[in-house]
Amino acid sequence: MPFIPHTEADIQAMLAAIGADSIDSLFDEIPEELRSGKLTRVPPALNEMQIARLMQERAEADGRYLNFIGAGAYEHHIPAAVWQIATRGEFYTAYTPYQAEASQGTLQLIYEYQTMMASLTGMDMSNASLYDGASALAEAVLMAVRAHKSSRRVLLPKTVHPAYRKVVRSMVKNQGIELVEVGYDAERGTTDLPADTDFAALAIPQPNFFGSLEDVDALTDWAHARGGLVIAVVNPVALAVLAAPGKWGTKGADIVVGEGQPLGAPLSSGGPYFGFMACREALVRQMPGRIVGRTVDLDGKPGFTLTLQAREQHIRRSKATSNICTNQGLMVTAATIFMALLGPDGLERVALSCHAGTLALVEQLSAIPGVARAFSGPLFHEAVLKLEAPAADVLRALKAQGILGGLDLGADYPELGQAVLVCATETKTEEDLRKYAEQLARIMSKRREAPPCAYKS
Amino acid sequence: MTIPTNLKYAKSHEWARLEADGTVTVGITDHAQDLLGDMVFVENPATGRKLAAGEECAVVESVKAASDVYAPIAGEVVAANAEVEASPEKINQDAYSAWMFKLKPDNPADLDGLLDAAAYQALVDSEAH
Repeated sequence: MPFIPHTEADIQAMLAAIGADSIDSLFDEIPEELRSGKLTRVPPALNEMQIARLMQERAEADGRYLNFIGAGAYEHHIPAAVWQIATRGEFYTAYTPYQAEASQGTLQLIYEYQTMMASLTGMDMSNASLYDGASALAEAVLMAVRAHKSSRRVLLPKTVHPAYRKVVRSMVKNQGIELVEVGYDAERGTTDLPADTDFAALAIPQPNFFGSLEDVDALTDWAHARGGLVIAVVNPVALAVLAAPGKWGTKGADIVVGEGQPLGAPLSSGGPYFGFMACREALVRQMPGRIVGRTVDLDGKPGFTLTLQAREQHIRRSKATSNICTNQGLMVTAATIFMALLGPDGLERVALSCHAGTLALVEQLSAIPGVARAFSGPLFHEAVLKLEAPAADVLRALKAQGILGGLDLGADYPELGQAVLVCATETKTEEDLRKYAEQLARIMSKRREAPPCAYKS
Repeated sequence: MTIPTNLKYAKSHEWARLEADGTVTVGITDHAQDLLGDMVFVENPATGRKLAAGEECAVVESVKAASDVYAPIAGEVVAANAEVEASPEKINQDAYSAWMFKLKPDNPADLDGLLDAAAYQALVDSEAH
């Protein structure tokens, strides 16, 4: 099905058919004072040549660094076939077509995606995706509160990505939902067992923001024993080697969310990415977003259709399970092709390679005087390093050498002191790790031998 | 469309029946099921939940729409009909035998504030025009 924009003639014909004189007149019922008026801060349209140049300049401004930052967005190798196929005309749109059933190919692809995500997470159902990982967690919090019915408190550990926690707060703060922070073990960097008993859900990150692996079985059983739901916040690549959330503890997690970017989406300055969400069948009517189902047509031939739409906003209006049903269609297309190309074995190799690379990196870096791992215990593909020098200065010095050395945790976790979060995915070679270790050793030793100039003058 | 004369009705299209044991049985009317169409899902309130009159407490979902069900009077939920949850189409077959939940009313006299069959018929007629 081709995607062709309306021409001016199309627009005039449609307006004539419904008896309206302009598109603006369709919005007459919205009072003047509620309208935004002209969007004066949005720049005027550019032509293709201008926009290509602008975007090229912005991409170049990002630079070409050897990148050891993860923290929620991960640099993975994307096979060339992924975007070659995803950008075919039949797929190349960011949305589920509005006349969905006319696009059987798109629906089949989303159905395959849902099947893959349900299998990866060990859940019964997956939706067709959400906006990103952070908003998927916010949607899971809302969903858990709807499903739980009696409590509106949700336990949100400090080990969950700080940006996710900010987004969750923004989305639920005016909905009478109380978010309770849960601390972490200073030794291991894993979530403490909370003291609460009255809560609708506990969010469990795996791996957590520090890269540490949580005791998900104990946390899951702890929450279920107190009548709460379990929201798993997971990295999809890690699931190739870690237990699926459906197998956590005695009963398994109830809702699983995460950021889909590691599955075939380039870092591209921060987006677009997509969020994923899966759940147990018993909760499906509380799940936001679109769901594609498989059915048969009048002749008994298999086909695909949007299903469970009665809970969606075009029918249930303000009582819909969500009013953010953005389907990151193009990203999901890439992710589906990515997973199909790699297969379970390929995804496992990627995960193991990330894990091995990060272990090697941490070993080399923590051998440098003034650098030590902040937490003990197992990790996936990230770790926190404590530095005996200001983290911001060290990262700046590394950047000057073409290396993005990690994320400074000072702003979000001041209690950790000078600490950086580092990550090595399968894209980093032994030579890359050695280069990072050499530069960091040089910078740390210079700081010991020649203290900052403030002391000299 | 049927409107039995032995039942009481809420404006939001629930029926209520006072039982001999003092509980009140609640379901949705034949008119409501006719408007909604083929039922696919019923979600009942939890037993023990205390409801205010007019409180949203259940959901019926058809192939066309999901719709809230409201407590016709105040009371505590003492039973929920697992049979209609397992077979929502029973509501289409006979809306008045396919009850949804039973309440122990805070005040049985509250039933007098609901519509009788004639008044409900008038409401349905007025909504049709």
